[in-house]
Amino acid sequence: MIDVKNLTKSFGDHVVLNNITEQIEKGEKVVIVGPSGSGKSTFLRCLNLLETPTSGEIWFEGEMINAPKTNVNKLRQKMGMVFQHFNLFPHLTVMQNITLAPVKLKLQSKEEAEQNALRLLERIGLADKAEAYPSMISGGQKQRIAIVRALAMNPDVMLFDEPTSALDPEMVGEVLELMKELANDGMTMVVVTHEMGFAREVATRVMFMDEGIIMEQNSPAEFFANPQNPRLKDFLSKVL
Amino acid sequence: MPIIPLNVFDSLANNFYKTFIVEDRYLTFLQGLGNTLVIALFATILGIAIGLVIAIVKVYHAQSGHWKIANGVCSAYTAVIRGTPVLVQLLIMYYIVFASAPSEMAIPIAILSFGINSGAYVSEIVRGGILAVDRGQMEAGRSLGLTQGQTMKSIVLPQAIKSILPALGNEFITLLKETSVVGYIAVVDLTRAGDVVRSRTFEAFFSLISVAVVYFILVMGISWLLKKAERRLAKSDRR
Repeated sequence: MIDVKNLTKSFGDHVVLNNITEQIEKGEKVVIVGPSGSGKSTFLRCLNLLETPTSGEIWFEGEMINAPKTNVNKLRQKMGMVFQHFNLFPHLTVMQNITLAPVKLKLQSKEEAEQNALRLLERIGLADKAEAYPSMISGGQKQRIAIVRALAMNPDVMLFDEPTSALDPEMVGEVLELMKELANDGMTMVVVTHEMGFAREVATRVMFMDEGIIMEQNSPAEFFANPQNPRLKDFLSKVL
Repeated sequence: MPIIPLNVFDSLANNFYKTFIVEDRYLTFLQGLGNTLVIALFATILGIAIGLVIAIVKVYHAQSGHWKIANGVCSAYTAVIRGTPVLVQLLIMYYIVFASAPSEMAIPIAILSFGINSGAYVSEIVRGGILAVDRGQMEAGRSLGLTQGQTMKSIVLPQAIKSILPALGNEFITLLKETSVVGYIAVVDLTRAGDVVRSRTFEAFFSLISVAVVYFILVMGISWLLKKAERRLAKSDRR
């Protein structure tokens, strides 16, 4: 589904991603871990072109998305993204946050989009917040609504960029719970996170990134039980 | 107890009568007020339109590196307009650029001049507002598949305008009062009306003070409207 070929990204002289080649199949739940500054967020952001690769190719559903002629907006509709800082639109209600893109892009009528949004909100138990503004709800609620906002576009893959890192500890659980449900429904997911419990429980594959490359990857059981690379061993000894 | 001579009231009433009633001079004031309002209103609209376009060009250029020429034009425009007095711009517009225009065109020319002038200031205010909106807002919009233009219009600009409203209000108030130099190109605005009446009656007090009071009331009105608008936009801030 996602095919990354020789992806390199530098900011000036600083090489953040160093010639990464990787494939992600439909239905996979890939969790990316690694120390800060390892390039994992940049890697994720390259997948939907929020960062422009310096060189290399990124293919999504048979199209090279960083080719000059590709309509990246069209492809992004199929790639939902969830941010560390939620990035809800503060001037819009929860309902408007969810319906804005599907309606603006003429994928759904306003009525359809609102019904769809309400159904999604009911699923996460926040239907009563439909008319609230983001400033009125908690961080955990914000992030769950941000997830729902991405889901409203019916994406084929969901990208999560440290979705629980900005949350108060007591709110992490509700967000992870929703992500687990999503995984169980068969959504293809790429998740950058520090939540090792989530990686162990939900991932089909765990990647360790450091110094701009994927140093090691494995099934979660092997990844945590038998780390090979000394840097991964070191990393795990600090976070577990 | 000091005695106020009756003739003080007499002369006040007399001066009021001279300033407003004789030869229907209040009509001169009304005409001047009308012209001031027309010029200020349309120049404000023009200024906002120009300012928005320029701000967007500059921000887009800064973020993407595209539109080099447009950005150059916009930067030159802001530099020239902010670098010269508005009165000089008005005179150049009237006596050089539109030298052959009939005198009835003075008001449209004034609107154009003040609008172009205001646009330069508005553009910098708007640009600051756009830059103050968190980068994540643009990213969130783009990640949903919205184009840069759609995200700018539906997500970034509404937030920017909310935060720049006080500064924009300042600009509108300044613009309204700046139109008082329009008498230089023979437009009878509020200021000119007061001056015309003063020169007929040789009675400065009533004509000039009443002009000042009317400007003051207009500015109070604008402030009130802005406060209302601010309160409306702040409804998403309630916790």
